Amino acid sequence: MTTAERDLGTEGLEWLAGEGREHEIVLSTRVRLARNIQGMPFSSRAGTDERQRVLERVRGSLSDVENLPDPALWRMDGLEPVDRRVLLERHLVSRDVAGPDEGEAPPAAALVLGGEGRSGVTRGLLVNEEDHLRLQTLVSGLQLESAWEEVDALDDEVGDRLPYAFHHEFGYLTSCPTNVGTGLRASVLIHLPGLVLTKEINKVLQGMSQVGITYRGLFGEGSEVVGNFFQISNQTTLGKSESDLIDHLGKIVDQVIEYEQRARGVLLKEAPGVMEDKVWRAYGILRHARSLSFDEMMNLLSGVRLGLTLKLLPTPRVLTLNKIMVLGRTAHLEREAGRSLDEGDADERRAAFVRELLAADEDRAAAAEPDSPPESDGRDDASPVAGDSDDSDDEQ
Amino acid sequence: MTCENCGEREAEIHLTQIVDDEMTTVHLCSRCAEEQGYAESSEPAAEVTSGEGENVPLTDFLAQMGKGGGEESMLPAPSEPCPYCGTTIEDFRKTGRLGCPQCYPHYEAQLRPLLRRLHGSTQHVGKLYVGSDSEEEDRHTRLSALRRKLDRAVETEDFEKAAELRDRIEEMEGEPETEPVE
Ligand SMILES: [Zn+2]
Ligand SMILES: [Zn+2]
Repeated sequence: MTTAERDLGTEGLEWLAGEGREHEIVLSTRVRLARNIQGMPFSSRAGTDERQRVLERVRGSLSDVENLPDPALWRMDGLEPVDRRVLLERHLVSRDVAGPDEGEAPPAAALVLGGEGRSGVTRGLLVNEEDHLRLQTLVSGLQLESAWEEVDALDDEVGDRLPYAFHHEFGYLTSCPTNVGTGLRASVLIHLPGLVLTKEINKVLQGMSQVGITYRGLFGEGSEVVGNFFQISNQTTLGKSESDLIDHLGKIVDQVIEYEQRARGVLLKEAPGVMEDKVWRAYGILRHARSLSFDEMMNLLSGVRLGLTLKLLPTPRVLTLNKIMVLGRTAHLEREAGRSLDEGDADERRAAFVRELLAADEDRAAAAEPDSPPESDGRDDASPVAGDSDDSDDEQ
Repeated sequence: MTCENCGEREAEIHLTQIVDDEMTTVHLCSRCAEEQGYAESSEPAAEVTSGEGENVPLTDFLAQMGKGGGEESMLPAPSEPCPYCGTTIEDFRKTGRLGCPQCYPHYEAQLRPLLRRLHGSTQHVGKLYVGSDSEEEDRHTRLSALRRKLDRAVETEDFEKAAELRDRIEEMEGEPETEPVE
């Protein structure tokens, strides 16, 4: 396979496309399969030489894999720390693969991404996480079945080339017994501001845990919930078939979406003025602030996203919100700046980046509808903020 | 919102339940909730989480293994370290990670109760692995794996794959029973 590294550029960002079923509520769907090679210690226990051997075997097996055309490989120990953080911010690698922000990358850990594929689909695999292989597809919107089918096909091909560790009773063997069996973890990144605002969220999360569905924050792995985004995934991997696990998660996600929509309906019905004010304020701050921390940005983005789906806000596009969420993170800003940024610098650059993208969407909308230009003439940040009484009458 | 049971008092308890995969929320006043046996405070559901680096709950659980505590005694006597990778049961308790694929057959007696607790099952029923040069699996297992794969291909109307699998099965069935090394 090509070991020549492609520039990170916009690699692996297909999942931000803002397309696919329910893409306003569900940002993305991921399905990953944990696999290990027979006769070698798991990566979590392997020494550097053994991890190196795993990487070589994987690299050697990836030529002419139909479901991973034009693959590129990035070794974490060959990347600048900022680039490892960029991959983390793109949700392409886990913390175990990326290593700590400061300090050494884990030896011989790597990310492989396929080249051009179906629109809105990112395909690839991780090498030497705690398991030798983590095959994954990351898809825009709610597309559990197709994400599973894609990774299933990739797994068939890779499994023909590498002898997997498989046991007649326990299935695919993994470093951690919570992954054994199918090795499958399917998850959706879902935006639930309605359930949070109506304080129904804990009941829903609790209900899910009773049916083998678990949740994490934006960055997985016990991270905090930011911007009302939750990652919902199957908890068990053994004793059910892959398609049963996928179906079950899909059913629960459909119900959560229904609850979320009901909650939004209640909010809109009981407090329309408050809701309108809330989302316009969020938009106003994002559109004009001169300094934004990541957490503040995420919370405001949540309000704007809600306002969009409730048709309270005319712009921006969902795609733009998705882009801001990832490209507006600190490592991306540092990469863009070509140097590391202290917190104050990063917050200022973040605010400038957000203003630019939101203004561009306003311009775009104005160009599409020349009869009713928005109140602000595009990039002029000094013009009055949307949200005074005249403006709000124009909406709807 | 009024209580769904008595229809009189204000509903204070909102319970999400799952019946046959359906999530429903019941709204009850505190008195009716108590009468129906729902505790006042809904304690958080027990969490046994994932291998995604979040191994604390699992290791907590592992630490309790074999401590009796009224439940069936969970751990058979500690066994020798894994002969292949040297992982001991203590290592596993500490990290929640096994060392190599051989650890599974080696520690199967200890793992079965754990897997039952984690997954509700010990038997994999998903995708079967036939493998390119799978030395571990004997011919019989591979044949039945191929047959199950064939069934799946027919079910999903993937006839191209089905034909290919049928050829592989016929080929294997033609081989003598005691096949040397492949
Ligand atoms: Zn009552
Ligand atoms: Zn072992």
